[in-house]
Amino acid sequence: MKLGRGNSFWRKLAIWVPYAWLVAFFLVPFLIVLKISLSQTAIAQPPYTPVFDFAAGWRGLRDFLAGLSLDNYAFLGSDPLYVLSYMKSLEIAAFSTLLLLVVGYPIAYAITRTPRRLQAVLVLLVVLPFWTSFLIRIYAWMNILQHDGPLNRLLLLLHIVREPPAWLSTDTAVYIGIVYSYLPFMVLPLYATLEKLDEQLFEAAADLGCPRWKTFWLVTVPLSAPGVLAGALLCFIPIVGEFVIPDLLGGSKTSMIGQTVWTEFFANKDWPTAAAVAVVLVCLLVTPIVALQYQAMRGAERS
Amino acid sequence: MRKASALNIAALGAGIAFLYLPIVILVVYSFNASRLVAVWGGWSTRWYAELAGDAPLLQAAFISLRIALVSASAATVLGTLAAVALVRFGRFRGRLLFAAMIYAPLVMPEVITGLSMLLLFVAVSIDRGFWTVVIAHTTMAMCFVAVIVQSRLVDFDTSLEEAAMDLGASPFKTFVAVTLPLILPAMAASFMLAFALSLDDLVIASFTTGPGAMTLPIRIYSEVRLGVSPEMNAVCSIMVLVVGTAVIAASLLTKLGTARGSAARP
Repeated sequence: MKLGRGNSFWRKLAIWVPYAWLVAFFLVPFLIVLKISLSQTAIAQPPYTPVFDFAAGWRGLRDFLAGLSLDNYAFLGSDPLYVLSYMKSLEIAAFSTLLLLVVGYPIAYAITRTPRRLQAVLVLLVVLPFWTSFLIRIYAWMNILQHDGPLNRLLLLLHIVREPPAWLSTDTAVYIGIVYSYLPFMVLPLYATLEKLDEQLFEAAADLGCPRWKTFWLVTVPLSAPGVLAGALLCFIPIVGEFVIPDLLGGSKTSMIGQTVWTEFFANKDWPTAAAVAVVLVCLLVTPIVALQYQAMRGAERS
Repeated sequence: MRKASALNIAALGAGIAFLYLPIVILVVYSFNASRLVAVWGGWSTRWYAELAGDAPLLQAAFISLRIALVSASAATVLGTLAAVALVRFGRFRGRLLFAAMIYAPLVMPEVITGLSMLLLFVAVSIDRGFWTVVIAHTTMAMCFVAVIVQSRLVDFDTSLEEAAMDLGASPFKTFVAVTLPLILPAMAASFMLAFALSLDDLVIASFTTGPGAMTLPIRIYSEVRLGVSPEMNAVCSIMVLVVGTAVIAASLLTKLGTARGSAARP
């Protein structure tokens, strides 16, 4: 028997209030972005012509469809600035996801090796920094990475470098910032998968004379694939659209796509181009997003 | 028996140090008496004292707190309804779209969420300000709430609800008397997380705010872009303290809820 059996008033309310909210403030805005990306700069700039004139009826719809153009997309393709920006975002996201996996896997694995009671505390310790502001954590790294900051002092003290290297405004700083900020997103799904693995499998492998590293490689790693996939998607998707980290830690040579949207919007006030950049970004991310959703929903239904 | 090797312990130690050292350094620097951030001039609380006299900053903090309070409350209600609809109502028309709209904002890059919200507000010509930021934050946070409450709902035994209804309680009464008390800790926890999310958000707020509603992160961002400063170290340290306390409280509440939930199982 289900709570919402029958078509009671409460059932309708519980479904339709959040549903309507999400349609109004998530779906519709996105359709508006799509529409503006297809309109000409002159028309869509503020002050701004209405998206769709309902009063005009069918004629309005025809005019609306006739007014659409792919000019903005053609413009994106023709200007290397945008293409380079997409490439840069994908490159940084892919490489930092790999880095996150390399850094996160040993941590997640080590947590599962500790006693149960300690595991909960360690997981909390890993998650805690995630909830302190993104902005503040990046700012903390600006402190550390500045020219006469603690990192360079340490390196000079240990005679690792002779001249203090410049960290800020480099890709290295962006990678550090991303790995730092997204580490909990990687460790949590990995831990969730690793923690569920059957202990007897390892015992069996050990009984059959398999060395520990080989058990790890042949049993643990393949079985943790769903966690690796979830963690990688959970990091990769938002990193592609990242704005704060490249803006504060990165250089000005090539911007990531999140910065491009921001600049088009706030500095150039070119809304149709900003909208087109955003739509292409969503198209790039649609496959990983659907993959992640599929996995999340399957996970929710299974449990 | 599980055993942590020396390698495991080293990985854990390095990981925790990597996560916490930057924040510790930030807090230590906020007590630096010297104006030059990188030069240590002895311990001092002067930057905290100066903050107290920074009226625009305090005003931004106040606006941020109000936005966080209103949007977290709205998000908790909407997100809980969404979670109940997804978990307890079985199949209904449009369920797939509903579920997709719950999960998509969680991973959608913030610049896109912000941009699309702003274009909506412009399209229906709403003046941007306090309430537009509240709407944007509510939309983003309700999805987090829905996911957290949903995981709590699938966790506990439906036989409790069935028993209540077999004994003649209406679905609404069953929800209020049985379901709600069981998911209350999850709701409290997700309220606090929604609050923290709203308090932290820079990108979405930048797109959806208007004159007179400058939030704290927008204010901090505009200062931080110019470089490191001791005042910002102090502001950030306070925020770390506030958010850290809220999150620890939230996780304790969740734990309490889980313990009580499993005790309620037959």
